[in-house]
Amino acid sequence: MDVLDLARWQFGITTVYHFLMVPLTIGLSLLVAGMQTAWVRTGDRKYLAMTKFWGKLLLINFAMGVVTGIVQEFQFGMTWSAYSRFVGDVFGAPLAMEGLVAFFVESTFLGLWIFGWDRLPRKAHLACAWAFSLATIASAYFILAANSWMQHPVGVDLVDGRPRLNSIWAVLTNSTVLAAFPHTIFGAFAVAAAFLVGIAAWHLWRRTADEPVWRSSVKLGTWVGVVAFAGLAVSGDLQSKLMFEQQPMKMAAAEALCHTEAPASFSVFAVGDVSRPDCESVKSVTVPALLSFLAHGDFSTEIKGVQDLVPLYQEKYGANYPVDERLGELSGQPIDYVPVLPVTYWGFRLMIGFGALAAGAGVLILWLTRGGRTPRGRWFRWLALGSIATPFLGNSFGWIFTEMGRQPFVVVPNPSGVDGVWMFTARAVSNSTPGEVLTSLVALTLVYGVLAGVEVFLIRRYVRGGVAGVLPDQGAGSGGTGPGGGAGSVAGPGAGAPVGKSDDDVLSFAY
Amino acid sequence: METFWFCVIALLWLGYLFLEGFDFGVGMLLPVLGRDEAERRVLINTIGPVWDGNEVWLLVAAGATFAAFPGWYASLFSSAYLPLTLFLLALIGRGVAFEYRGKVDSARWRRVWDAVIVAGSWVAALGVGLVLSTNVFGLPLDAAGDRVGSPFAAFTLESLLGALAIAGYALVHGAVFLSLKTEGEVRERARALALRTAPFALFPLVVLLLLVQLRFGSVWTYAAAIGVALAAFGAFARLALRREGQAFALMGVAVAGTVVALFGALYPNVLPSTLDPAFTLTVENTASSPYTLTVMTWVAAFGTPAVLIYQGWTYWVFRKRIGTRHIPSVHVP
Repeated sequence: MDVLDLARWQFGITTVYHFLMVPLTIGLSLLVAGMQTAWVRTGDRKYLAMTKFWGKLLLINFAMGVVTGIVQEFQFGMTWSAYSRFVGDVFGAPLAMEGLVAFFVESTFLGLWIFGWDRLPRKAHLACAWAFSLATIASAYFILAANSWMQHPVGVDLVDGRPRLNSIWAVLTNSTVLAAFPHTIFGAFAVAAAFLVGIAAWHLWRRTADEPVWRSSVKLGTWVGVVAFAGLAVSGDLQSKLMFEQQPMKMAAAEALCHTEAPASFSVFAVGDVSRPDCESVKSVTVPALLSFLAHGDFSTEIKGVQDLVPLYQEKYGANYPVDERLGELSGQPIDYVPVLPVTYWGFRLMIGFGALAAGAGVLILWLTRGGRTPRGRWFRWLALGSIATPFLGNSFGWIFTEMGRQPFVVVPNPSGVDGVWMFTARAVSNSTPGEVLTSLVALTLVYGVLAGVEVFLIRRYVRGGVAGVLPDQGAGSGGTGPGGGAGSVAGPGAGAPVGKSDDDVLSFAY
Repeated sequence: METFWFCVIALLWLGYLFLEGFDFGVGMLLPVLGRDEAERRVLINTIGPVWDGNEVWLLVAAGATFAAFPGWYASLFSSAYLPLTLFLLALIGRGVAFEYRGKVDSARWRRVWDAVIVAGSWVAALGVGLVLSTNVFGLPLDAAGDRVGSPFAAFTLESLLGALAIAGYALVHGAVFLSLKTEGEVRERARALALRTAPFALFPLVVLLLLVQLRFGSVWTYAAAIGVALAAFGAFARLALRREGQAFALMGVAVAGTVVALFGALYPNVLPSTLDPAFTLTVENTASSPYTLTVMTWVAAFGTPAVLIYQGWTYWVFRKRIGTRHIPSVHVP
């Protein structure tokens, strides 16, 4: 494999892996802050138990999110240095803002939250939880603004062959980020909601102690999930309408629509190979005129097919790659403007399908557990556990679709933007040796694999431990070897005020 | 404006070296100063609430370099590919290990994560030093800013010296920090270790600064380098008199002097080319547009004071010394 392929695999693996942790962190941190608020306001121990239990799972997951995020930031310079040079004037700004405005807040206040249970007044401690969780959302906004600029470059002039920022405001209010941000945040809440519902339902099924904790968690999770999935559908629809304008090829590829149709039908499902050149031979279940409606809001608009878009792209951006040794084998070769159809077609369907499955499972679980009921069958356990995975998969396929659907561009040309502000992925990679990229690809993937195993092991263990695992009964005081704290626990007092808050009690330990 | 941003990036490095310097040091010293499980937990909990916030200084330094000097960021990161990969692996392991080591009550489990913390802290500290000094001494860059030659171009004698310099500094800095933040036996041991090892551990730093000054130095960077020596000596003297807080502050002065001496010697270059001075990257030829720098200046003007205030508050909240008597028993599911 050459550097381009290796670099793309590496970026794909690290991104998808990073984005398994991030949505859970975002969604769960706000829900945990909400639970803690409920505890502070009502003093009900049930909410304290919820805060501690879900908070612990949040922490296990957060550590992985942070360390994989560092890799993301470094990769732009390490593997995609030509890209970094080209877009640095624009792209670095939102990244730096994320660090300075959001990530500092996130990591500092998380530290205060973990260790501050007995050190801080209760309201100040609660404020730390909110600061942390709101910062995760701000973080997501800046990162998505950077990503959206690659999908739809705005706010720039072309000076000396490079985009030069002329309006940071345009970058931060890019129509693409305004659509992608709610969609991603709703996706994060869908993940957190399914996590809550699945695990809590499993505990209900096991007849674990603290039943009120699990019932409240199922309810909270389902309602958050319902809102999230409704939001996903609406924001997804907005996003795809935008995408038909901004990246017509991506949407045509998402439908494996080979030829222009008017009105265009929506493909629900395909049998056979959607890849070229024979995508016309695919038998698929279609809904007439629906695609036209999804794209423009009426049932008759013409939608351009992949094969009719290619000549348009060739005309605007060239039929062949320039002759340039940096392009390696691609130098002078014809440019393939069509993304990998099976990936885009199925990625799009799996994103929606897993999302719908997750929503359905959540509502089903809420209905099955209504009025204090709990199904006893083993199937319920599998339903509970299986429903956790679905939104994760939906998220991953969503990102695979959106990132691979823009190939061969890394910076996709903006149809109404400045000419020349776009970049082929093949031009973006560093002048590295394949050995370097392969080394880091293998090393990172191995480490990620091991750590994924560790994370699952720990989450499983803490899930099984239930409330008792994170909230031991308060025994003797908080002296040297008292049972009050715990390694691995944000253990604190019961429902009352902080206990053991003497001068000696420096920390309520997390490590 | 470019010069201002060069100073901001130097400042971010200063924040990073000063803050993560001591948490690297604590990790490096874990098996030396922590004789039993309770003591090791004391050590880890001195940095528990803050190490993550410390690490963000690096992320912001890298992000700010990307935004303000994309050419610098692109050339340095792609040319120092292998050292940075090692560094990233170390940071990954270390970050996860702090969070995970206490999550299961098993001696074997803790031994594994302790080993990851120790190895991760050493490799990361060495890696920071290597990349920083490589940046000062330069890389074989061509006209396009790409590295010419092998992936091992960053592993030179000078950069290895830089690696030892920063790791040695982190070791001493960590020991001074521990003597300030702990009580009882750990405190005594940390202090003794700092005093015993400082002359050897700081030696590479002195040689590095001397070498940099001989090659690129100007009057004021010489002054900064001399300041480093004086501050380090002062820290040693204050620590010997059990004035740990002052010793720690003087270590801060020393690292500030180091950053001034290194970045001052670098300026107005940002990454020298060892092939041909014509290919050297400078603040001029790598900086972003004035508009981008203005935007970033506004963000930094509001963001930086806020960061300093709430991070300072964190240190204030957790200002007390920690000892084994504060360590509660292990409780895990």
